[in-house]
Amino acid sequence: MSTINLAVNGQSVSGEVEPRTLLVEFLREQLRLTGTHVGCDTSQCGACVVMVDGKSVKSCTMLAVMADGCDVTTIEGLADGADLHPMQQAFMDNHGLQCGFCTPGMVMSGLDIVNRHGNDLDAATVRRELNGNICRCTGYQNIVKAIRAGAKAMGD
Amino acid sequence: MQENGIGASVRRKEDQRFLLGKGRYTDDINVAGQTCAVFVRSPHAHAVIEGIDAEAAGAAPGVVAVLTGEDLAADGIGPLICGVQVTSDDGKPHRAPAHPALALGKVNYVGDHVAVVIAETLAQARDAAELVEVNYRPLPAVASTADAAGEGQQQIHEEAPNNICFNWPFGDKEANDEAFAGAHKVSSIELVNNRMVTNPMEPRAALGEYNSGTEEITLHLTTQNPHVHRLVLAAFNQLAPEHKLRVVGPDVGGGFGAKIFVYAEELVVGWACRKVNRPVKWTADRTEAFMSDAHGRDHVARAEMALDENGKFLAMRVHTIANLGAYLSTFATMVPSYLYAFLFAGQYATPLIYSEVKAVFTNTAPVDASRGAGRPEATYLLERLVDVCAADMGLDPAEIRRRNFIPKDAFPYQTPVVQCYDSGDYEAALDKAMELADYGGFEARAAEAKDRGKLRGIGFSSYVEACGIAPSAAVGQLGGGVGLWESAQVRFNPTGNVQVFTGTHSHGQGHETTFAQLVCDQLGVPFENIEVIHGDTAKTQFGMGTYGSRSLAVGGVAIAKACDKLIAKGKKIAAHAMEAAEGDIEFAGGNYTVAGTDKSMNIAEVAFNAYVPHSYPEGVEPGFDENAFFDPMNFSFPAGTHICEVEVDPSTGEVEIVDYTAVDDFGKLVNPMIVEGQVHGGIVHGIGQALLEGCHYDADGQLVTASYMDYAMPRADNAPDFRVDYAPTDPPHNPLGVKGCGEAGAIGAPPAVINAIANAIGAKHVEMPATPETVWRACQAAV
Amino acid sequence: MYEFSYHRPASVAEAAELIANAADGKLVAGGQTLLPTIKHRLASPSDVIDLGGIAELSGIVVNGNIVTVGAMTTHAEVAASKEVGEAIPALAALAGNIGDPAVRNCGTLGGSIANNDPAADYPAAVIALGATVRTNRREIAGEDFFTAMFETALEEDEIIVAVDFPRPEAASYMKFENPASRYAIVGVFVARTAAGPRAAVTGATACAHRAYRLEEALQADFSAAALDDFEAPVDKMNSDIHAGAEYRAHLVKVMAQRAVAACA
Repeated sequence: MSTINLAVNGQSVSGEVEPRTLLVEFLREQLRLTGTHVGCDTSQCGACVVMVDGKSVKSCTMLAVMADGCDVTTIEGLADGADLHPMQQAFMDNHGLQCGFCTPGMVMSGLDIVNRHGNDLDAATVRRELNGNICRCTGYQNIVKAIRAGAKAMGD
Repeated sequence: MQENGIGASVRRKEDQRFLLGKGRYTDDINVAGQTCAVFVRSPHAHAVIEGIDAEAAGAAPGVVAVLTGEDLAADGIGPLICGVQVTSDDGKPHRAPAHPALALGKVNYVGDHVAVVIAETLAQARDAAELVEVNYRPLPAVASTADAAGEGQQQIHEEAPNNICFNWPFGDKEANDEAFAGAHKVSSIELVNNRMVTNPMEPRAALGEYNSGTEEITLHLTTQNPHVHRLVLAAFNQLAPEHKLRVVGPDVGGGFGAKIFVYAEELVVGWACRKVNRPVKWTADRTEAFMSDAHGRDHVARAEMALDENGKFLAMRVHTIANLGAYLSTFATMVPSYLYAFLFAGQYATPLIYSEVKAVFTNTAPVDASRGAGRPEATYLLERLVDVCAADMGLDPAEIRRRNFIPKDAFPYQTPVVQCYDSGDYEAALDKAMELADYGGFEARAAEAKDRGKLRGIGFSSYVEACGIAPSAAVGQLGGGVGLWESAQVRFNPTGNVQVFTGTHSHGQGHETTFAQLVCDQLGVPFENIEVIHGDTAKTQFGMGTYGSRSLAVGGVAIAKACDKLIAKGKKIAAHAMEAAEGDIEFAGGNYTVAGTDKSMNIAEVAFNAYVPHSYPEGVEPGFDENAFFDPMNFSFPAGTHICEVEVDPSTGEVEIVDYTAVDDFGKLVNPMIVEGQVHGGIVHGIGQALLEGCHYDADGQLVTASYMDYAMPRADNAPDFRVDYAPTDPPHNPLGVKGCGEAGAIGAPPAVINAIANAIGAKHVEMPATPETVWRACQAAV
Repeated sequence: MYEFSYHRPASVAEAAELIANAADGKLVAGGQTLLPTIKHRLASPSDVIDLGGIAELSGIVVNGNIVTVGAMTTHAEVAASKEVGEAIPALAALAGNIGDPAVRNCGTLGGSIANNDPAADYPAAVIALGATVRTNRREIAGEDFFTAMFETALEEDEIIVAVDFPRPEAASYMKFENPASRYAIVGVFVARTAAGPRAAVTGATACAHRAYRLEEALQADFSAAALDDFEAPVDKMNSDIHAGAEYRAHLVKVMAQRAVAACA
């Protein structure tokens, strides 16, 4: 077992993990932050995307020990209580989610797109940058709309 | 109309929890003392099990139990069942070989369940599962749909000679043959409807808990129909008596049909938690999902149309081989029969239709309903055939459709294949779609594309589907083992807010919002004071669940009927309180009013009076809480025309969907925002089938597409924005005037896309998925 | 995953010692291939040695005509690098189209080339640009580095430190993506250099390789038209459910022509 110390959603946490424990397993099973989901086992669906030191990472493809000393943000860390983050609000306003399973990863990837491409996003950029996130419900159109609107709201 | 009532694009109630990461899916639930289950699965498509040695696994660290099919049988747990009978051409029921939840002496597909290992942690269970030694004697595998019933094929089940589950002819063959003999022209097509893996994003999961004090089993499942699960597990699998079994479908991350069925893992988890007297959790990884979720489609078909000199359809005949996989899943037999052949009329007044379906067993995962279930297969076949007819007759594809449409004044319309369509105006949808898609400007766009080296094509799909499943008597006549009514309970609490209990289940469709809108509209209760509860057999009355685009068309009506009962009861209470005759009480906008006066009482006050009946009408029960069940008089028949425009790069065969228009008739829309979202999702599902998704087994029955590395799911950059509009009609059978919308896109899109590609490259047909190589080869052949 | 011991050395020397002493050690860079492999129990290393703590392995330096990319530099860093974008835009573009954004935030140059997936993108750039792979022991010419499918010239305990990419006059990479995995079904990297044209192909065959015949065809005339009669050898091509050999051979030509055209 290894001891890891990291910040999750602004709070210092420490944990005892086996080296083989994935970051997503640590988040879901030890911290009980079950908003981060696992939808595949080949690093493609993106349901598990979280921010590690400000960058989007597939938490199913990172060992928990690799996140030792890092600053991790999950879907649970965005809102201020019940007040949604502008990106979350944009998903609600634009019907950017249906079953909600891929949604945490979509929101986190949306934030990563804003970080890299700014607040004025065209649809083609968002569609291309979402190629690591799979949704079966929405047909993506409203997710793209939501991310563009969320990006804009974040800049206002 | 209430502000948040019918017709308003109200933001969804469920979104807040999903966006905060507070959704509660099965795998998110953890209970004290929980163990983890891992299934030992067959690596062979077809093999005899000569022995299982679980000793080393049983002794491995953390292992609680290793259980096999013999343990299951010894405990009297029954095999999995298929609930719909189809009568074969020999007059006997379809062949239904036993489907043990854990293999008994033989495995029949890769991923078939051999044993279950239960351990303290998931890692320990996985470690131990590798120690279970299974001695297999491999047998030749049957993997090809087309050849499964052929001469000399390996037999899979003794009970099913030639691997045939049923041969099901339907229609008047003689009359059909006569019409063909006298036809001006016969057009035909042979095609494959590609096998798909349904792939809801949440993998299946089960958490079983046994309370030895109450002898009750609680099963949290990824289910679309908790009561159906409970009924089948209790009545047919003897898991526990129905009243000692609680099934909960908490938040469920998409279903699309794949979570209707009762699966081996669910039964085994329910049984094992009692056996080891510990909670047991199982969650599929995606590879397991690919191997063991019921798959969809997988037909090989030939269809012919007899035409007169004006391009009118005289008769149609279809021969289909449908792959059901290694065993019959819960509703497998119904999909390539009643949900398929009964849709062959489509939107057309074809007077004669004859169909033969041969359903076969293969050494592949079971095949069952998947978004659309039979209807996409029927629509693809028909709409491709119609385009071939158009080409053969030298007619524009829109024109041949128009000539053969059932006219709008012919409804209700009795088709030659059982179904009686409720309402429709097919020409209106076609006209609107053509206008929105600027059909007239297509030639210019194609010419411009040609200058860029691209082949541009346009494709139509005019589909009809049978939704609002289903009138129970009709289901019974066809061999179904259940009724397909739906239930609702609408309960006022004493403080005036409302809880709505529905027997349907929401796994992305937004029922918590749509159903609250219905109640808001009808009872005049503020939207925020209405809560919709579903998915727990301990909370809600028996209900049939969600599939076949039925939730609003059937379940919504049950809610409306319960509201009717409340309104009627409230009249008596209000009349008493306001000292008026019941007949003088009017109800509107949430208020009971004495006609012609300004005396009025809000329904919340009436509810309070009902719970605190100090001054109360004689003979009226206290309480303000009503139940209703609704059995639909007919299916509903959503329809529409989709038009797809593609550009093909002839040098690589890449297809880009450059424009897509959908004009649908779903009847009345309760929440247009949600409906449009359902259409988007359905279309992309259909585009996935048309361009990307193909489940592939090799000749030895090995699953080649077992992950997202090889099975191409549609992603954001695979589609453009869609143009979505409506041409509604009013279905007379449905009290709410609604038809259902969840499957339409997946039904309408595949032929629209393929027709567009065929049009672009000048080919008669291109098989799905139309991968770049497939299209490139078709381009080479067309040159 | 099987159990393993985890190490996070702070220097290349320490990492080398760890890998040398491990029974069956594996170096992990960004982990984007190794972790899924271990997760699927297709590999069972006794020790996983994480290179993520070694600062000296990261970074991009341009020195004259040489762009040096540290082995642990992520795809995202290469894609976003102004220096790379100015010196070898095709390399930045290639890095910016590997996998998806989250994968690019972890995946590294060193990890990619050490793994040598037959459909990976970077090997084509390393070969076609005539790059030099620098390890803790020696320098290896790019075209000698990739020896066979998932095999490289690296010794068991040898660690890639950086790759030196000479700046070409012009270069372009064209990738025909597998629609599922988004790896290359065929990827062609062409470069116009002072010493003549260079080309490499990935995805098409068992291992990324230098495409001498493409280079020959481009020798006299570096234009797409010069490849009009080019035919890639069908018998050498991979064939799977995503693309048959004949189609792959065709794609080599089409991607090569597009890459050459993009160099103009």
